[in-house]
Amino acid sequence: MSVTTLPSPALAQRQPSWLVRLFDYKPFLIVMCLAPAIGLLAVFLTYPLGLGIWLAFTDTTIGRRGVFVGFENFQYLLTDPLWWGAVFYSVFYTGVATFGKFALGFWLALLLNNHFPFKSLLRAIVLLPWIVPTVLSALAFWWIYDPQFSIISYLLVDVLHWRTTNIDFLGSPWPARFSLIVANIWRGIPFVAISLLAGLQTISPSLYEAAMLDGASAWQRFRYITFPMMMPILAIVMTFSIIFTFTDFQLVYAITRGGPVNSTHLLATLAFQRGIAGGELGEGAAIAVSMIPFLVFATLFSYFGLARRKWQQGEAND
Amino acid sequence: MTDTVAQPASVARAAPDTMAWDSGLRRLMMIYLPLGCFVLILLFPFYWMAITSFKPNAELMNYKEHNPFWITSPTLAHIKHLLFDTAYPRWLWTTMLVAIGSTTLSLFASTLAAYAIERLRFRGSPYVGLGIYMAYLVPPSILFIPLATVVVQFGLFDSPLALILVYPTFLVPFCTWLLIGYFKSIPYELEECALVDGATRLQILRRITLPLAVPGLISAGIFSFTLSWNEFIYALAFIQSGANKTVPVAILTELVTGDVYQWGALMAGSLLGSLPVAIFYSLFVDYYVSSLTGAVKE
Repeated sequence: MSVTTLPSPALAQRQPSWLVRLFDYKPFLIVMCLAPAIGLLAVFLTYPLGLGIWLAFTDTTIGRRGVFVGFENFQYLLTDPLWWGAVFYSVFYTGVATFGKFALGFWLALLLNNHFPFKSLLRAIVLLPWIVPTVLSALAFWWIYDPQFSIISYLLVDVLHWRTTNIDFLGSPWPARFSLIVANIWRGIPFVAISLLAGLQTISPSLYEAAMLDGASAWQRFRYITFPMMMPILAIVMTFSIIFTFTDFQLVYAITRGGPVNSTHLLATLAFQRGIAGGELGEGAAIAVSMIPFLVFATLFSYFGLARRKWQQGEAND
Repeated sequence: MTDTVAQPASVARAAPDTMAWDSGLRRLMMIYLPLGCFVLILLFPFYWMAITSFKPNAELMNYKEHNPFWITSPTLAHIKHLLFDTAYPRWLWTTMLVAIGSTTLSLFASTLAAYAIERLRFRGSPYVGLGIYMAYLVPPSILFIPLATVVVQFGLFDSPLALILVYPTFLVPFCTWLLIGYFKSIPYELEECALVDGATRLQILRRITLPLAVPGLISAGIFSFTLSWNEFIYALAFIQSGANKTVPVAILTELVTGDVYQWGALMAGSLLGSLPVAIFYSLFVDYYVSSLTGAVKE
């Protein structure tokens, strides 16, 4: 849309300087407006992304430029049980935590969609775990999982008398894995619940009225109205959730640092341990790059979710 | 929702359903009880954090004589230790500086970008928007190793400036996307009027579009502030010296010492580190919810 204004006498008298005219020249203005954002992203996101892929094919260490070694890093990783362990736990962690977050988050969203007093206050409280720095709430969980003074053990042993010994949450592999997943679910529920609540509020009540007139039960209303209408937003929120759960770092680093006996390493924490702490930048980068196929998969998932939404709405875009 | 309109066969099924749903006891069991459990579980870690930071060590390590859920003799010793015996105030200051710096930078960059994409409308502008959005899908976990080498190349290693420059990589995509949504809601006619009256594009942005987009700018600003306050992996990888660390990193690396964890001080540090964002959050809670849901809906 180009609007050409005739030079009015008043404007002609003011004689805009060449600088003002330059900034009103649309192509120049577009470039200037996009420059800061694109520049920042190019230097600190695109370039490092490419550099990371390059590093994965070199044997760079901290303080020494590496040489190209082809697929050596990846071949080494394929024979490394620790890497396979991290892949297993990353997938397991993402799968179980995403399932838990969405089951509980959807339930919470449905509960919050009812009418009751202090609703907005409750909604504000629910979002709190997501606002607070993850590492700091992870520390609280570390303290809750303490082998000696765990409050959960205290409840189960001294108050309810269900057990006779304290639970060793973080001392052995499987309890540690599940403890981390619980902490991740706790942190993820608010985001899922609040996003899905926004989706629920866009569903027209008349659909439910029509279904009730036709005699649909509460389950049928959920199964045939709520769920299909929520599909598009569910797909988007789930993609984000999967990407950020799979690449999670903070929670594991803060609570177990990959232990006990490396059983809770995620790919991100393993990459940090090898790349930054161990100084093997090339190998760390290779571990980080090995996450990319999973992320591409998740993004495609999102793309098809979006495509489905457009198809449902019957228009090109909203 | 009048059942009389429905066919007789379905009345029998629909009526008890709605009736039962509204009855008090069922409502209590189906809504208030689960809601209560959710709130209890979601808030318990904070309660535990708060109560631990005011407990004297004697109570902290003795559940037999003291009820762990309450404090009999609250103490400020942990907070005093934190503020006067450690570099905690310095860490808070660094974190604040980094958060404000990166928020300002990303707001500046993303306002201009969103304006160009949404209002200057050029060929391929949707693709630029999509490209910026895709940047949001690149998680920091796959970037921190190459970014560390980039930061070293620029001579910014161990400097808070590195964090201020790097945080916009995840803030700009989010803010741009949010602001595009806001700019979309501002009537185009307002700008056309200004154009006809002979205003330059930059005048329009400054005098008309920005004042109308203030709620969007506030949303983007508080969101960026929170995200940069909470950031961990870059701050862990790029900052070496104790004095320049941000709060989340410093608590984990400087306060966790030896085999005996000082839980009182750790929890007090976590509480103090969470308070600024919590206060910020309580002031702008509606903006948070709208930006969170707005960003998802886009």
